[in-house]
Amino acid sequence: MSTRFEMAFSKGPALVCFITGGDGDTAANLDALVEGGADVIELGMPFTDPMADGPAIQEANLRSLGKGTRTADIFRYAAEFRQRHPQVPLVLMGYANPMTIRGPEWFAAECAKAGVDGVICVDIPPEEDAALGPALRDAGVSLIRLATPTTDAARLPAVLEGSSGFLYYVSVAGITGMQQAAQGSIEEAVAKLKAASDIPVTVGFGVRTPEQASSIAKVADGVVVGSALVDLVKEHGDKAAGPLKELTSALAEAVHSAR
Amino acid sequence: MTAQPPVNSLRSLPDSTGHFGTFGGRYVAETLMPLILDLEKEYRKAKEDPSFQEEFDDLLKNFVGRPSPLYYAPRMTEHFRGAAPEGKGPKIYFKREDLNHTGAHKINNCIGQILLAIRMGKTRIIAETGAGQHGVATATVCARFGIPCVIYMGSTDVARQQPNVFRMKLLGAEVVPVESGAKTLKDAMNEALRDWVANVHDTFYIIGTAAGPHPYPELVRDFQSVIGTETRAQMLETEGRLPDMVLACVGGGSNAIGMFHPFLDDPEVAMVGVEAAGHGIETGQHAASLTGGKPGILHGNKTYLLQDEDGQITEAHSISAGLDYPGLGPEHSWLHENGRVRYVPITDDQALEAFQQCCALEGIIPALESAHALAALPQLTAEMDEDKILVVNVSGRGDKDIFTVAEALGVEL
Repeated sequence: MSTRFEMAFSKGPALVCFITGGDGDTAANLDALVEGGADVIELGMPFTDPMADGPAIQEANLRSLGKGTRTADIFRYAAEFRQRHPQVPLVLMGYANPMTIRGPEWFAAECAKAGVDGVICVDIPPEEDAALGPALRDAGVSLIRLATPTTDAARLPAVLEGSSGFLYYVSVAGITGMQQAAQGSIEEAVAKLKAASDIPVTVGFGVRTPEQASSIAKVADGVVVGSALVDLVKEHGDKAAGPLKELTSALAEAVHSAR
Repeated sequence: MTAQPPVNSLRSLPDSTGHFGTFGGRYVAETLMPLILDLEKEYRKAKEDPSFQEEFDDLLKNFVGRPSPLYYAPRMTEHFRGAAPEGKGPKIYFKREDLNHTGAHKINNCIGQILLAIRMGKTRIIAETGAGQHGVATATVCARFGIPCVIYMGSTDVARQQPNVFRMKLLGAEVVPVESGAKTLKDAMNEALRDWVANVHDTFYIIGTAAGPHPYPELVRDFQSVIGTETRAQMLETEGRLPDMVLACVGGGSNAIGMFHPFLDDPEVAMVGVEAAGHGIETGQHAASLTGGKPGILHGNKTYLLQDEDGQITEAHSISAGLDYPGLGPEHSWLHENGRVRYVPITDDQALEAFQQCCALEGIIPALESAHALAALPQLTAEMDEDKILVVNVSGRGDKDIFTVAEALGVEL
């Protein structure tokens, strides 16, 4: 049996799209991403203190929490998404405290129940894996880890150990949505990561345009776009589905035709 | 440094992975992880290097003005003896951290960390600050060593702490107002972490309290332990014995852990940490993470935090900007759970009263943070026999707070 992740990455480079849960009309936005051609969806769990995020996603977190978004709402969005889109992999991305506050087993069970395929936790490195990793693996939910320009060859095995689904390469040492890394450095890093890993390698942070996505898709298994989509939700509020679908289509076209 | 503590010591943590029991740890983004590991390695080497300790000691003596006095507070002692039941009311001493250069204990830690930064070849310093005390101390050591520094400060705090903003600028620091969140200390710390993650190659982050990812809680504690180590020696010299109780305020908790740690293995020394209860725990407007919070993960460590049931961090409130933070250092969480230290809440109003009382009775204007510790004296002294000895850590001076106090008392300056 192949997983939703395996299917998503089997057709060539995949487009991974991020939006923050509870910011704008979440169900309509998620549908727009899928209709636009996104292969994997990342749904951000809002947190009061998103210290790895740049201004765009910080503001999205606060807009969402300002509207009263609760953890239960995020799982509701996820479960309803799974009903509407049985085949599209769904990843929750967020921070340690909301994920662990009721215990990691509770969180992992809710993920499994809602049909969530994977979890990215920004502030649980391999050294603190016990805080969440074992519970996710026991529940059959992939723990997706981040590798960065500062992850050297000595650390990489620890990062890969216990992770599955795909590896998320953060192409710049920095926060989300800021500058993009030089293509050369991305190619070099992706080559090293792919050599060391048997799961797909996606690249994100600072990718905003179809042109950027296309050049990354030439070398990586997937391209992650977040802040550019979140900016559209900021601009269009509850009516962001159209613009989201439009940008996603352009990105998908660029990624899928890159090779 | 001191000899290895005994096997069952309370002074042997954190463990090799940076945990104090279930607390502490290294909850940081992958980008920072290699740097944190490197910092730990460098810190171990520095601890073994006599020249590091010598330079630290020399700067503490000649630049900071240590040792700070252990001062017998005669009128406070008499006052509380008079108020206490017959035979109660201990002798009260103040550890005078307010007399340090820059006016608080913060400088001890900054000296240690800038020496580490220099050892590691870092050429740029960043720090967060709430009231501005840690920012001023950081800017001070950066000026002393000629290293550029950027201080992140919530824009709310920038507006209400203008004198410290100007001090930092005079000392050559760039002060960056932070506009996210409630625009206070927590947000400044988020922004400093964002800067750090983007500038790991050349930047050292001088964290202001005994919190954050391992090894910060350990190294800040070690640098601040000069407070308790001196107190111990001074007390033995003056009274020929150890104190019966030491008392300190707890925001992040660096002055408290610095005072407590050298006494942890002396069971005869009781310890009390004072948390800021703001308008009162029951109002929800407070900064008492142990009394009113529960364990969670923020800013690199697992510790008691003010948060809602979804794990969203809630805003702290205290009249004292230095205590206005929704968490505290992980070692305090551990000492709270194992019962070695008792933590009590003190409200804004109680602290204001103690602030004025200390001014009037001892001629010392304490920081509002330290006034929280002093405000626990009525309760604590009433329970202690008069032949006992109690030491209060007066962690800083209160000149910075006179505007806040005047406003709270309805006085127009």
